[in-house]
Amino acid sequence: MTSITATTSYSVRSQQWREFWFYFSVSKTAVAGLVFLIGVVLMAIFADVISPHLPAEQYREFAEIPPAWMEGGQMRFFLGTDYAGRDMLSRIIHGARLSLIAGCIVVLMSASIGILLGLVAGFRGGWLETVIMRIMDTIMAVPGLLMALVLVAVLGPGLLNAMVAIAITYTPSFVRLTRASTLSELNKDYVTASKVAGAGPIRLMFISILPNCMAPLIVQGTLSFSTAILDTAALGFLGMGAQAPLPEWGTLIAENRDLMLSAPWTVTFPGIAILLAVLAINLMGDGLRDALDPKLKRS
Amino acid sequence: MFKFLFKRLLVLVPVFFGVTLVAFGFIRALPGDPIEVLAGERGVSPERHAELMAQLGLDEPLWQQYFSYVGDVLQGDLGTSLITNRPVAEEFFELFPATAELAICAMLFAIILGIPAGIIAAVKRGTLVDQGIMSLSLAGYSMPIFWWGLLLIILFSNTLHLTPVSGRLSFLFEVEHVTGFMLIDSLFSDEEGAFKSALHHLVLPTIVLGTIPLAVIARQTRSAMLEVLSEDYVRTAKAKGLSPLRVIAVHALRNAMITVTTVIGLQVAVLLAGAILTETIFSWPGIGKWIIFSVFSRDYYAVQGGLLLIAGCVMVVNLTVDLLYGLINPRIVH
Repeated sequence: MTSITATTSYSVRSQQWREFWFYFSVSKTAVAGLVFLIGVVLMAIFADVISPHLPAEQYREFAEIPPAWMEGGQMRFFLGTDYAGRDMLSRIIHGARLSLIAGCIVVLMSASIGILLGLVAGFRGGWLETVIMRIMDTIMAVPGLLMALVLVAVLGPGLLNAMVAIAITYTPSFVRLTRASTLSELNKDYVTASKVAGAGPIRLMFISILPNCMAPLIVQGTLSFSTAILDTAALGFLGMGAQAPLPEWGTLIAENRDLMLSAPWTVTFPGIAILLAVLAINLMGDGLRDALDPKLKRS
Repeated sequence: MFKFLFKRLLVLVPVFFGVTLVAFGFIRALPGDPIEVLAGERGVSPERHAELMAQLGLDEPLWQQYFSYVGDVLQGDLGTSLITNRPVAEEFFELFPATAELAICAMLFAIILGIPAGIIAAVKRGTLVDQGIMSLSLAGYSMPIFWWGLLLIILFSNTLHLTPVSGRLSFLFEVEHVTGFMLIDSLFSDEEGAFKSALHHLVLPTIVLGTIPLAVIARQTRSAMLEVLSEDYVRTAKAKGLSPLRVIAVHALRNAMITVTTVIGLQVAVLLAGAILTETIFSWPGIGKWIIFSVFSRDYYAVQGGLLLIAGCVMVVNLTVDLLYGLINPRIVH
């Protein structure tokens, strides 16, 4: 009996995946975004293997070497070197690690807390809902970057604290989304049925309701992932995020800002890295939204 | 209408207290007590410490401190800057016009380019023009604006020598601050060329700050137009033989604007956050640069006051958007 249920749920799941992929792959740009992102992830994972130099290694005699295709450039330092003679390409490759991890952790923190609070607010209602929602309104009243700055001022500058601060500013959107979907699911027959069958509140919240609220949350998660990378870089640029010599992309731009006019490549390439990574995630997010939004599905 | 306004204001009350709680908690949550933070590395003798604690009311119980803080805030007293020794509110409102000028220009830039771009993309749906506009807007939406600002400086200021690098006005001019809006002040001043200089200084910051709103407005206008263009009444208007321009500009656009207005309103908070980065890059003497300076110089009372005032601005704008919504869309009766 159990094995039959297991195979059914397995085939339903694979059916769902196939349907999802069918809609997602309609958009060529979304697939391109996904492929590029996978490339960046691989680059981050194998940073130690593929980067030509150590990110912190200083070749003092080769400071401010321009990229290979410019006059005075060397193939050894393909994207040039910074003021201390560190290889820009290696620093950017290693920076991918920090930026992607920061993005992931921010989304995981804000989504898990946000979903939990949103479920509780929608499911329980009453004063608890009011308190949660008013706290979220308060966080949203302050522009995200300012809130993050103030939080970092309290926690102290650093990559981890920057991630916590950014995660806090992202939580309200997850709470609002989860609460809204929970409220619309709450009175549907299947929820009533499992209530009648004797399911407790935890089971109702996490096993009955939550899976049916996932689509908008996945889209929101993707979009938050890209803005998290941008905000981490912005805090790094302001000197409140990752601290030098960590090669986080925003920090790279900040530490080379004084060279901006004499050695523009030290500022240009980290920015291009941020732009491309964020662009790829956003392309994928657009595709995900089209694939998961039932309103847009044409049968 | 008034009932609606009253209701909306009522919702703002808990948010206002929430923000005061954040601002109040901010100073208390800083590592070490405020006096030690303020004294910095020089340190402070125990007697002086106690004296200062009493002077700032920090020896009272927390709840009492909070209530006297809210009382002060409601009377317009946001504390005194530790660096300049001036009231925080006074400093804020002195710098506010600079940020407002930049933000208004950036918003106009975004609206003037974004709405037509969105309409063109929607009308030419699926063509190369549509794909081009949407790709550009997605790139704009993904732009790290602090880097974008540096890039524009490298290109336009350093290579092409077209625009100045920083500030609001060239050193050659002395303009009296009447309104605080440099464009207006310089236009009515006797200094020849001051207006041109002010305009030149505004170009790059406006583009940098306006880029993300521009991208968002273009995207949203396109999707709102697409939705409206598939409505029956648009088909009817076309069937009646109205010119395509009239159908798009009069029949469709008005309804599409309902969504777009909300989006524009939401962008104000984005603009204020973006102003922090833009003003830092261009040394623009506004709120954003001031708050960064305050954070770094540990002028925590200035940060606290700035936080509260900026949150106040966002709340006022959101309320205004809600009210405007009713004006544009008569179907919504407050």
